[in-house]
Amino acid sequence: MTSQYDIAIIGGGNAALCAAMTAAERGAKVIILETAPKAYRGGNSRHTRNFRCMHSAPLGPLVDDYSEDEYFDDLLKVTGGKTDETLARLAIRTSEECLPWMEEHGVRFQPSLSGTLSLARTNAFFMGGGKSLVNAYYRTAEKLGVSVLYEANVTHLELDRDRIAQIDYTHEGEAKYLEPSAVIVASGGFQADTEWLTRAWGPAAKNFLIRGTPYNRGVVLADLLDQGVQSVGDPTQCHAVAIDGRAPKFDGGIVTRLDCVPFSIVVNKEADRFYDEGEDVWPKRYAIWGRLVANQPDQVGYVIIDSKSLKLFMPSVFPPIKANTLEELAGKMGLPQAKLVETVKTFNAACGDTSGFHPTELDGVKTIGINIPKTNWARPIDEPPFYGYSLKTGVTFTYLGLKVDENAQCRAEKGSIRNLWAAGETMAGSILGQGYLAGFGMTIGTVFGRIAGREAANHAS
Amino acid sequence: MQADLLQEARRQAEICNACRYCEGYCSVFPALHQERFFSDANLTQLANLCHNCRGCYYACQYTAPHEFDLNLPKALAEVRQDSWESFAWPAPLARRFQKSGVMIALATILGFALLFLAFRALGSNGGEGFYAVLSHSAMVAIFLPAFLFPLASIAVSLRRYWQETGGKTITPSQIVGAFGSAAKMKNLAGGHGDGCNFEDEDRFSQARRHAHQAVMYGFLLCFASTSAGTILHYIFDIPAPYPLWSLPKLLGIPGGILMVIGTVMLASLKLKADRSLGAPSAWGGEMGFVLLLFLVALSGLLLYVLGNTAAMPALLAIHLGSVLSFFLLTPYTKMAHGFYRLAALVRDEQRKSTG
Repeated sequence: MTSQYDIAIIGGGNAALCAAMTAAERGAKVIILETAPKAYRGGNSRHTRNFRCMHSAPLGPLVDDYSEDEYFDDLLKVTGGKTDETLARLAIRTSEECLPWMEEHGVRFQPSLSGTLSLARTNAFFMGGGKSLVNAYYRTAEKLGVSVLYEANVTHLELDRDRIAQIDYTHEGEAKYLEPSAVIVASGGFQADTEWLTRAWGPAAKNFLIRGTPYNRGVVLADLLDQGVQSVGDPTQCHAVAIDGRAPKFDGGIVTRLDCVPFSIVVNKEADRFYDEGEDVWPKRYAIWGRLVANQPDQVGYVIIDSKSLKLFMPSVFPPIKANTLEELAGKMGLPQAKLVETVKTFNAACGDTSGFHPTELDGVKTIGINIPKTNWARPIDEPPFYGYSLKTGVTFTYLGLKVDENAQCRAEKGSIRNLWAAGETMAGSILGQGYLAGFGMTIGTVFGRIAGREAANHAS
Repeated sequence: MQADLLQEARRQAEICNACRYCEGYCSVFPALHQERFFSDANLTQLANLCHNCRGCYYACQYTAPHEFDLNLPKALAEVRQDSWESFAWPAPLARRFQKSGVMIALATILGFALLFLAFRALGSNGGEGFYAVLSHSAMVAIFLPAFLFPLASIAVSLRRYWQETGGKTITPSQIVGAFGSAAKMKNLAGGHGDGCNFEDEDRFSQARRHAHQAVMYGFLLCFASTSAGTILHYIFDIPAPYPLWSLPKLLGIPGGILMVIGTVMLASLKLKADRSLGAPSAWGGEMGFVLLLFLVALSGLLLYVLGNTAAMPALLAIHLGSVLSFFLLTPYTKMAHGFYRLAALVRDEQRKSTG
């Protein structure tokens, strides 16, 4: 069968849509193969909220400036240097022209924002969040003549020497195939495949929650890696944060976050503290706790606060567990009672002068003389009622992906694959070796989606 | 008020408060984000502030089939509807009309019948023009109480609303803010100015905002026209009918045309919109009310055009009958939303000024 499409794009999130619109504007006939049903289209982009953007002067909703070097330094801090500088700088530099492009394609940003984040200089927030961005892009793409097939499960890309010859997929229970001249893979990581996650992480991964879409199962990624397409990134690396332990297994999104850790003590199921809860402010504390909890027995943690801290953090989606005594709280949370009381007592005794307490900055209010210190916001847990939350590891996305060059083109052992490009989380590991920078996933998706769309359209014409 | 509706709205508001992605869309979200725990009064105020633009629904990552099953426009619409019923005075009438287009139609027909009866029983008393069908004093005797009763009823209802939501003494700047917001329908602009998501899933459009403004300004022009007529009659002793180049006609004709266009647009938008994002039980009542407004405006315009023909007495009965029904039903139909919405906007100005 000769395909009526020039380009097939696998995936239906931000990167896929940016690629589709760019290619369609260059005259290519494009089809998007999205695994999810329409209600769940958009992959993890549905759950995103903002776009980190370089700018030399105030731009759209962004104030002041944010230079390439400052942006790159921020990236170095979170990745600990594990990044491809050329690709990273390309993403950063191109982000500036992306923002007006996004607006032209229907995305609306919000002027300001309440809550705990103050990112008005570095991050542009989507009005309504990521799903509204996805909706706007689907509208625009469809106006540009892009075809969209929902619930299309791509099972195999046939690599024939240096090109993809065929795409096999199932749709409405039937096996089908396409032979487009170019293929763009933008189908995310593999975090929703618990088995794969367990192979990479060990048995602990069974207890992880997946914050994002249940549809990122890495089927196409695995298929391409099996055929010798070059990979990048460490399979054990992923964006993992500590979230409310009562969150759904999949798709909990932003509301599952808990911002109370700095005002708390966090214990494991043996009621022992295991890390400095006051080490740093968001986003660092947020990103490290996923791994910390993953290393505890049964991969759970328990946050304990008292009534004076209850309103210092963003409202949580599930109400905290509440009790009038620590014993009662331990009972309700399934923790050893005497041990919890002792841990709190030891902690409280180590708290010193709390008069300098300041909830929104590193205040240096610390403990003295205990083995695991709390270096900021250390106030005794002593005002009933007491409140508790459970914590589990929430995975947002995995970093193992397809290695790409500056043209978003994929490679096999012997060189570039002539008609295969990758964009979004599926190649983000090329830039994000570890850690995470808020809003950078959308930057990578937008920049490389547009590049992939452009290159694929050039190839197809 | 119904506890289950409030409980469902509370559940959803708590999820929204943890997410906050919709912050920029309308006034509901900044007001919601100010709370941590939602009292019935908080929810009543949020519900009456909601303009059912649906922007938040289509932007929401937690709508069904997600297990959180958010549908805030619907949850708030149901609380809103329920709050009107609980504040309405006298109450038993309210439930029927809020929810039923059939009841509105019946009341309208009853209005016509009464007017025809009045034509026969009271007659012209020797007047001219419209007054040849029904004398001016008879019209006043019928319409003055029909006008004053709804005002009294709404005043009672709004007072109840104000007490429930903890309203404080109103300042002029709060009035200016609230009327400014209503005048531009700011809360249907989507925060970015592209409009709302009413008629075609997530597509933004200004259609509902424009249709609503056509009806609102059309109605206000017609109201001004009637007021001008009253003043001409009583103060300047110039009775109807008025010529084209007179204040009542210059206000009334464009007003009537705007209302006809606006109500037709509103009805067609309502047919296109997803009913499950509103209060499904109120759909018929809302549609009935829109059609009643349409009838008021259209019969008024026809009366002007055909006022010198044999159709006049019949048209006059239809027009006056529909106006009579409209007035009497005002406290119990969708018309009441205008009063509650303004009250909610004033209350929201108070919230903003206290930070």
